[in-house]
Amino acid sequence: MSPELINLIIQATGESLFMVAVAASLGTLFGLPIGVFLATSRKGELFAAPAANAVLGVIVNATRSTPFIILVVAIIPFTRLVAGTSIGSGAAIVPLTIAATPFIARLVEGAIREVDAGLIETASSFGATPLQVVFKVLIPEALPGLVLSLTLAVVSLLGYSAMVGAVGGGGLGDLGIRYGYQRFMPGMMLAVVVVLIALVQTVQTAGDYLARRVNRRLRHR
Amino acid sequence: MNVHQSLAASRPAEAFPPIVTDVVAEDAMVRFEAVSKTYPAYRGKPSVTALQDIDFAIPRGAITGVIGRSGAGKSSLVRLINGLEKPTTGRVIVDDSDISALSGSALRLAQRSIGMIFQHFNLLSSRTAADNIALPLEIAGWPKAEIAARVSELLDLVDIANKRNRYPSELSGGQKQRIGIARALATRPSVLLSDEATSALDPQTTRSILDVLANINRELGVTIILITHEMSVVRQLAKEVIVLDAGRVVERGHVADIFTHPQHAITQSFLSEVLGDAVPVSLSSRLQQQAAPGAQAVIRVLVRGDGGDRLVARLSRELAIDAALLSARIDEIGGQQVGSLTLGVPGDEAVVARVLSFLSQHRFSAERLGYVA
Repeated sequence: MSPELINLIIQATGESLFMVAVAASLGTLFGLPIGVFLATSRKGELFAAPAANAVLGVIVNATRSTPFIILVVAIIPFTRLVAGTSIGSGAAIVPLTIAATPFIARLVEGAIREVDAGLIETASSFGATPLQVVFKVLIPEALPGLVLSLTLAVVSLLGYSAMVGAVGGGGLGDLGIRYGYQRFMPGMMLAVVVVLIALVQTVQTAGDYLARRVNRRLRHR
Repeated sequence: MNVHQSLAASRPAEAFPPIVTDVVAEDAMVRFEAVSKTYPAYRGKPSVTALQDIDFAIPRGAITGVIGRSGAGKSSLVRLINGLEKPTTGRVIVDDSDISALSGSALRLAQRSIGMIFQHFNLLSSRTAADNIALPLEIAGWPKAEIAARVSELLDLVDIANKRNRYPSELSGGQKQRIGIARALATRPSVLLSDEATSALDPQTTRSILDVLANINRELGVTIILITHEMSVVRQLAKEVIVLDAGRVVERGHVADIFTHPQHAITQSFLSEVLGDAVPVSLSSRLQQQAAPGAQAVIRVLVRGDGGDRLVARLSRELAIDAALLSARIDEIGGQQVGSLTLGVPGDEAVVARVLSFLSQHRFSAERLGYVA
């Protein structure tokens, strides 16, 4: 493979990582509070607001059940509004974030619901405010689950980021489509796939390691 | 309604003067006034009345037991005292403030004067022992330096300073409960609620935890409320006891008084759990209804109060008969003897009659079970 092509791969990998990193960060920023709210707002819970919980649940489900490629196209006007364009890695961050947020919210909800209800009751009986319960009990206790959830989200985003390549989003997917498929370069296609596999593997291994590190429920040392 | 008074009145007053403990209002740490709690119907399940007509006062500075089977209403009682739930009717007064009327930050402030320990410890797995103890102090907004000093004090109080940097997963049940106790005492509460705190521990660890609680009560003067289904816990520690059954207080008073003269079936069943009132199988299988020549009459004597330990000697000496002790179990509850003796005396009708009249003269309740060869 020529140095030019290798440079292309390196550049595309950088674009993909940039898209995923920004979208995962923004997705967590929005998804974490939504997830915590979903996990604590049913009847009788910490922030009991059953109506808001139900509405939010429907919105989250609707976003999650829209196929990603449809979502990308459907929100092009919104993407233009936010990013000024609908082409390139920068623009691709908009649909990636919109897809990541409800996904992360559901994962966060699941991780938070794993926390023993007795601990919420304990903190409340000490006179903790609902926000204190969230920050001193729920999030620290759910941390191993949250780390694994974010790992899963990042892995999914890597897949999505390749998909936005098909509609001019840049990154590894774009490279694979334009060179590997349209110019019929099986070597390039293979290289793209290998890089993606390596990235997923690295992210998953790092996530697993981090989750183990923050898990105090295991007897270690 | 005052169940205790009506029950007390039916006791043999001259032999065992009932110690009625109607705490005057200003001495009470926790007071329930005509409290009932009904959980409304939910998702097709009918409404449930967990507590009904609850009226009692728990004295300041003492250790009081609340005993009941599961479903008796113990958990609801706890949640009413610590303000996590509101009574359907009536008032719950804790440390002179009506906790059932408080909400928001006033309620949270009041909750800081109520410490709680739990059956499953409820420690945060993500925090070390020291940081778990610090939690209520962080919640109360203490400055960092004061938290550190207070945590060290508490670790020493429950004798577990060497585990300060350990995570709960590295500690035994007894050690976890010590951390739980230290955490509950962190904000210097005036009352400590123990919700089945020893039910998940083995007997030896239970004893050590009960010792810790007794020390705390003695040295800090903290009022302790022991919610439990274990008679042995109440017996070891509590001065007064409240017996709950099906959402009502069925008996209450001094531990010795209640358990030497249990009136309600549920109290009797708690008592027989520790006493093992049944006659041994080896004996009951040999029992006959008719006296054969030379057979012994088997008499069971209930010991409630005093004199059970000397009974065999007195019978033998004062009636000049050969009284044999076939089986016996005498325990001490609040300084009073409680238990039963099974005696074998000569089967001659005249002797048996003398023995029974001797026992009734000395206020022992006794019955003839039969005869053994």
